[in-house]
Amino acid sequence: MKNFILTTTALTLVASMAFADSHAKTIRMGTEGAYAPYNFINDAGEVDGFERELGDELCVRAELTCEWVTNEWDSIIPNLVSGNYDTIIAGMSITDERDEVIDFTQNYTQPDPSAYLALSMDVDVTGGVIAAQTGTIQASHIASTGATLVEFATPEETVAAVRNGEADAVLADKTFLTPFTEEDASLMLIEQEEMLGGGIGMGLRESDGELKGKFDMAIQSMKDDGSLNALIEKWKIGETF
Amino acid sequence: MFSFCSDPSQLDRFYWLSCYLTTGKHMGFYFSFGTVLLLLAITAPTALAFGFFGATAARSNTAPLRWLGKGYISVVRGVPDIAFFLFFIIALDQGAEYLRHKVKCSQWDQPIRQGNDFIVCDAAKMPLGSAPQWMHESYGFTLAVLTFAIVFGAFAANVLFGAMRAVPRAQIETAEAYGMTRKQSFWRIIVPQMWVYALPGLSNLWMVLIKATPLLFLLGVEDIVYWARELGGTKTPRFTDYPHGDWRVWYFLFLLVFYLAFTKVSEVFLERLMTRLTHGQATTGGEAQRKVA
Repeated sequence: MKNFILTTTALTLVASMAFADSHAKTIRMGTEGAYAPYNFINDAGEVDGFERELGDELCVRAELTCEWVTNEWDSIIPNLVSGNYDTIIAGMSITDERDEVIDFTQNYTQPDPSAYLALSMDVDVTGGVIAAQTGTIQASHIASTGATLVEFATPEETVAAVRNGEADAVLADKTFLTPFTEEDASLMLIEQEEMLGGGIGMGLRESDGELKGKFDMAIQSMKDDGSLNALIEKWKIGETF
Repeated sequence: MFSFCSDPSQLDRFYWLSCYLTTGKHMGFYFSFGTVLLLLAITAPTALAFGFFGATAARSNTAPLRWLGKGYISVVRGVPDIAFFLFFIIALDQGAEYLRHKVKCSQWDQPIRQGNDFIVCDAAKMPLGSAPQWMHESYGFTLAVLTFAIVFGAFAANVLFGAMRAVPRAQIETAEAYGMTRKQSFWRIIVPQMWVYALPGLSNLWMVLIKATPLLFLLGVEDIVYWARELGGTKTPRFTDYPHGDWRVWYFLFLLVFYLAFTKVSEVFLERLMTRLTHGQATTGGEAQRKVA
């Protein structure tokens, strides 16, 4: 019996090594590293956060070797399509406009309401000055309302703009804004929220159907066994599935 | 880093700071200073070489070579730096991959451009998809050096072109009278004497180059400005052991001091170089030195 177990372990080892060999290509995971708790750079200088843990687990399940790369949000889609990395896993909401340029896996978070962070509760969100990060669903939402939109390259700057009074409020994912209210009593989320986007998914090149299939299956398996929900609760990323 | 850093929230100010300033993240910040200095150390001579070839091409007797030199100088000088940086980084990368693709994957039957995607076979990827991260980073760095060299080379070419013409005509006439060929008089008379005329322009370029290094982040290299912005941003206790408010102003102040100190050192150095080059030259500077001596 003992021999049998040893042989099978050895066999599976060899098999998995052979399997790994055929997938020698490293999948490069592109992220922004400035959007806690989704993704951020931790004290050790490494990518950390909900998406780091999720991505690592997905790669294990899809039997891929993965590597993390950071890229400015501004150019995160152009650099994907020109092949500098293979996926975007950066808190990117699935929208129709983006779907025309790249492909998305199924969503791995529920649609998260976008909230307004402000210094007072009585902010005029349709006529005031609202900050948002460039190229986000929040920025395009504000552009469609009567409010004046001020755009910033990084999420950090949008919050700083509210602190120093340049903007009346900032519109961003509620999950991103909540930690700021916990830390700084002068900042608060107003009651009004916006439901934007169709949840967050991984972005891939349209021509990369095979990789998309692998990640879709891995996400589905994490949804099925509840491990995705555990991660969502751990990092407080809105509703579970 | 230090043994007492295990629970930073309990430390008093000095120890807290010494722990804070030695996190892995700060090491990345310090490392990026090395990256910037290395970039400058490689780019400056490369750009000068580009400039030298550009200038010699522009004053060539062969028409196509002359057009090439003049074209290089005027096109690159006429386009905003930032547009060039964004253009070159994509064009150089895709150009290299396209060539490798043509050589290595001749049996490939799919189009390279599929909608928005630029697709080459795995073997043609630069660097290979399986390459470790440091290869990707050095590749990005090399592209950055090349881009900087192309852009600053054009300005240097213009400066050198002017400097070569500034060498007094009498010097070249004398060389001709001694029977030197065009090539000989170029290498023996013009090149040694042109530097004194070129240096003010070149030193300007060097200063601009120092200040242009933050463009590195556009090229995907994590430079000091990127780290300053990242480190200075507000940190909430949930995601770090070292929570702090918006400290960007301190980090940027530090960068300001760094850049000022660096340009000051450069100025002193360039001043000395100028004194040396002026020595014995038929310029007002050289004449003044002669009188003092």
